[in-house]
Amino acid sequence: MSDDFRPDPDALLAAISRAERAEGSPTRGRLKVFLGMSAGVGKTYAMLEAAQKAKREGRDVVIGYVESHGRKETDALTEGLPVIPRRTVEHGGVTLSEMDLDAVLARRPELALVDELAHSNAPGSRHPKRWQDVAEILAAGIDVFTTLNVQHIESRTDTVRQITGSTIYETVPDRVLDGAEIELVDLPPEELMKRLATGKVYQGERAEAALFNFFREGNLTALREIALRYAAGRVGRDVQDYLQAMQIEGPWKTGDRLLVAVSASPLSAQLIRWTRRMADSLHTEWLAVHVESARNAVGPAPPQLTKNLALARELGAEVVTTADEEFSRGLLRVARQHNVAQIVVGKPGGTWFAQWRGMRRLQRLLRQSGSVDILVVRADELPATAAGPEAVARPAASQPVAFERDVDRSRAEQYGTAIGIIAAVSFANAFLAPLLGYRSVALTYLFSVVGLAMFLGRGPILVAAGLSALLWNFFFLPPTYTFYITNVEDGLMFGLYFVVAAVLGQLVAKVRGQEQANRRREERATALYLLTRDLAEAASADEVVRTVAKRIGEVFHARAALLPTDSQGRLEGKPHPASTLMISDKEHGVAAWAHHHGQAAGRFTDNLPLAEALHLPLRAGGRPVGVLSVQLDAPSPPSLDQRDLLEAFARQTALMLDRERLRDSEQSSRLVAESERLGKTLLNSISHELRTPLAAITSATSGLRQAGPLTPVQVALAGEIAEASDRLNRLVRNLLDVARLEAGHLQPHLDWCDPADLCQVALKNVWPQLAGRPVVVNLPSGLPLVKADFVLLDQALSNLLANVAVHTPPGTAVELTARLGGKELLIEVADHGPGLAPEDLPRVFEKFYRAGSAKAGGTGLGLSIVKGFVEANGGRVEVANRPGGGAVFTIRLPVGDAPSLPAELA
Amino acid sequence: MSDSVPHAAKPLVLVIDDEPQIRRLLTLTLEANGYRVVTAERGQEGLVLAAQQAPALILLDLGLPDLPGTEILRRLREWTAVPVIILSVLDDETGKIAALDAGADDYVTKPFNSGELLARIRVALRHAEKKSEPPVFHTGHLVVDLASRRVTSGGQEVSLTATEYNLLRLFVRHAGKVLTHRQILREVWGPNAETQTHYLRVYLARLREKLERDPSQPELFVTEAGVGYRLVPVPEPA
Repeated sequence: MSDDFRPDPDALLAAISRAERAEGSPTRGRLKVFLGMSAGVGKTYAMLEAAQKAKREGRDVVIGYVESHGRKETDALTEGLPVIPRRTVEHGGVTLSEMDLDAVLARRPELALVDELAHSNAPGSRHPKRWQDVAEILAAGIDVFTTLNVQHIESRTDTVRQITGSTIYETVPDRVLDGAEIELVDLPPEELMKRLATGKVYQGERAEAALFNFFREGNLTALREIALRYAAGRVGRDVQDYLQAMQIEGPWKTGDRLLVAVSASPLSAQLIRWTRRMADSLHTEWLAVHVESARNAVGPAPPQLTKNLALARELGAEVVTTADEEFSRGLLRVARQHNVAQIVVGKPGGTWFAQWRGMRRLQRLLRQSGSVDILVVRADELPATAAGPEAVARPAASQPVAFERDVDRSRAEQYGTAIGIIAAVSFANAFLAPLLGYRSVALTYLFSVVGLAMFLGRGPILVAAGLSALLWNFFFLPPTYTFYITNVEDGLMFGLYFVVAAVLGQLVAKVRGQEQANRRREERATALYLLTRDLAEAASADEVVRTVAKRIGEVFHARAALLPTDSQGRLEGKPHPASTLMISDKEHGVAAWAHHHGQAAGRFTDNLPLAEALHLPLRAGGRPVGVLSVQLDAPSPPSLDQRDLLEAFARQTALMLDRERLRDSEQSSRLVAESERLGKTLLNSISHELRTPLAAITSATSGLRQAGPLTPVQVALAGEIAEASDRLNRLVRNLLDVARLEAGHLQPHLDWCDPADLCQVALKNVWPQLAGRPVVVNLPSGLPLVKADFVLLDQALSNLLANVAVHTPPGTAVELTARLGGKELLIEVADHGPGLAPEDLPRVFEKFYRAGSAKAGGTGLGLSIVKGFVEANGGRVEVANRPGGGAVFTIRLPVGDAPSLPAELA
Repeated sequence: MSDSVPHAAKPLVLVIDDEPQIRRLLTLTLEANGYRVVTAERGQEGLVLAAQQAPALILLDLGLPDLPGTEILRRLREWTAVPVIILSVLDDETGKIAALDAGADDYVTKPFNSGELLARIRVALRHAEKKSEPPVFHTGHLVVDLASRRVTSGGQEVSLTATEYNLLRLFVRHAGKVLTHRQILREVWGPNAETQTHYLRVYLARLREKLERDPSQPELFVTEAGVGYRLVPVPEPA
């Protein structure tokens, strides 16, 4: 078996989807469970006490649903806690009150109290179970306090049943409690009995508990032990999690995965629970594996198998279905692929034949197991009701029942067909027998049995073989109309006929079954392959949707719609135009729920099961990309295979949509980069072209003045040239700065700057322009360093100073001040000039804006550059008129934490 | 004065610039001030001329079309320590710093004043002569006696901490030349402190406080915005 060690693609996909789930929102609410051994120990009381404490600590606590049963002490504790009004539901003439889930979600408290986690909701509610409501509240980021009796924990129900003899129908999957904080509310059994005797336990609870024989001291002691052990086990795990997180070496082994073999037997459920407990205590992962063989693959999956696998999934197992004619080979192959150390199988039981077959199977498994340990676990016979807890607990979900009936009908039909055909053949034989003789007639029977085997299951074939043998004997074997056989030859003939018919029929049925199983797997593989191939060729998101809708139509005979996610992560209102399914507002609501919660919703699921379509959320790279809505025309839920295939389709679609999205964003970012590069090149070349001649003029003029004795007129002319080129130079610089700001190419190079240094440098730059003006510089020592781009700030400040030089009369004094104001450094440029007109004040920093009073010259760019450069450094610039006349411009820069200095200074 | 210097004694300057007008202007200015000039239009050509003619100084434009300025510097520095002055445009502080760190001696920003350019050339040539450091350095009112580690400002003895003195000595040794932040930090605080610009800001402020005549208008320790600092040799006050 060369493919033994090849990674199982299903396992890979499962691992990917698990990793995606693990990345879920970090703001998920925390669950705290007040766990008790039985009713009446005071869980609700303890929960309310904790809630009051949380409220005193300033948390926003509301009561989502609390049942005080009219007890005064409990009622007193609810005081001061806002209550979300309950929702009432009419059902069968009875008014039931339930928690109003939407109201709790809309209220968005920090902490919600929800009593009785195991409660089943009234039919027609969004979820069949209250723990599903709680999961949704948690997913919305709200913490939840809740109460729970230990007998309702899924993995403990068997033990409880064994102790008390009562079967518990309202169960909470263990995975709901994974990660929850467990607070045990403990009361010694004698104490509880005393409370019971003095009437401190509510009548309703008494009735419930009495029903389950809980209030017997022996039972209470046992229940208490289960509760204590559960809580202790949880503590142990928390410690282990901590040790592992801290990477402390411990006594546990990693990679000790468990595997439980699951069949269609109701006993499998017990094995599954047993394995979950074992995996819990070993703190390891576990798998539930069903080996499909031709024998059990005929027809739709038995409902019990679906139920068993669903149970395993709920308890946190990784569920794997594999096909192999030999049970042990299939099991061990999965075990090796998944690095399993121990396999759990049931102890063979039942009739002697079943026991013999089970033992042979077990022997084969033991022989081939190699390094894998085999654990053989006893599973009890169950009372008949125990097989159907879900059916009892979920009156709303009528689908599984209908499904079962379908199967029965098809079975009955098969038997009917077998009997009908044999009867028809017998009728024909009545006419043929005189012509062919009674022995040849047996051949026509044999022919019809083999023919039937092409269409029917093994049971009907056996019936057909037996029936035809008897009919032949009765109607055709002499003496006719009796079952007597007088002739040894005929006796042998009769026996041989029966054996040949039965064996031939069985063989044909088996071969056909195998062929069917193969065909189903092949169909599945082909469907997935075709989808992947078409998707790989799809060049756009449109084509992806069209391909998926087409393939789903072909494979599932269903219509499909895709609701993509928009750029804000919300679900779009209309399905993609290539969809083949119309989405009504109601269905859109269900799809939005699936999208928001990342869980499948709608028909055939536990979430909003009354919807018409099945809505699968699409996730890729840890984020939602849309919802795939599929409306299956078949009335029965899809088989395990179909469901898997549909989910594989959804995953592929999600990946492809994500790929398209990445491609789009990559293309647009490449365009942006390209245009930026072009812009930069253009700017650089313009800069070069403008500056080179300017450089030549400046250099030539200065050279001229140096070169030698000039006449006074020549000196003056050279001075004019120099001044003009200086001005041109400043203009070019301003234009290029504006262009840089406009193009968004400005990348400030932030570094520590000394504000005093900055002021000095800027002042020196504009010194020639300020000639003839008194300049007052006010730079206190000890100004903090600021993190900024020195060159940009220098340019901004120089522009401010130059602005004063341009817009105030010659000789006007200029003040330059730097000071600390709160967490900001203020650099002020003030003058005693005419100031600004009030209407100019808000607009002076606009590009090309020139104050009405401005004299000719200047482009109106300088101040807009100041604003741009200061803001690029995280600062602000303001302008105001001074009370005594004149204007003051202020640059405000944030002052961060002072950098650390070398030891000598510190 | 230029004509009195014999031809062979005139230092040779290699100008590498792709703009013909700048080459012509530089040639005019330099020849008028007692230098011989060879020019190159491309980086490759410049490298060949540098090897053949062994110029005393190179003026290198940073925006050459064939080779980036830093690449030319890298190739030059593989075999010669000839002083190189960069001709760069405004707003290209990154390019200047890269060139200075790659071994350029100084830079002049276009459009430049010919007086400024000639001063830079003189400083660079003087440093290249590598005469033994004068034990006493004068600039303006500042006197630094490197032998006895005495610093006086306007005749008053100034006491400096060890780091302040190290910083001052670095400036004195490279008087007139620009020093990038990185160069100063590496020399004074070691290679691990190359990015700790705030050390430099604080110490410069202190040096100015102690040594400048008017610390609010520094004349000696001049800030080269975005690039570094320069200790300016000022003629002694009369």
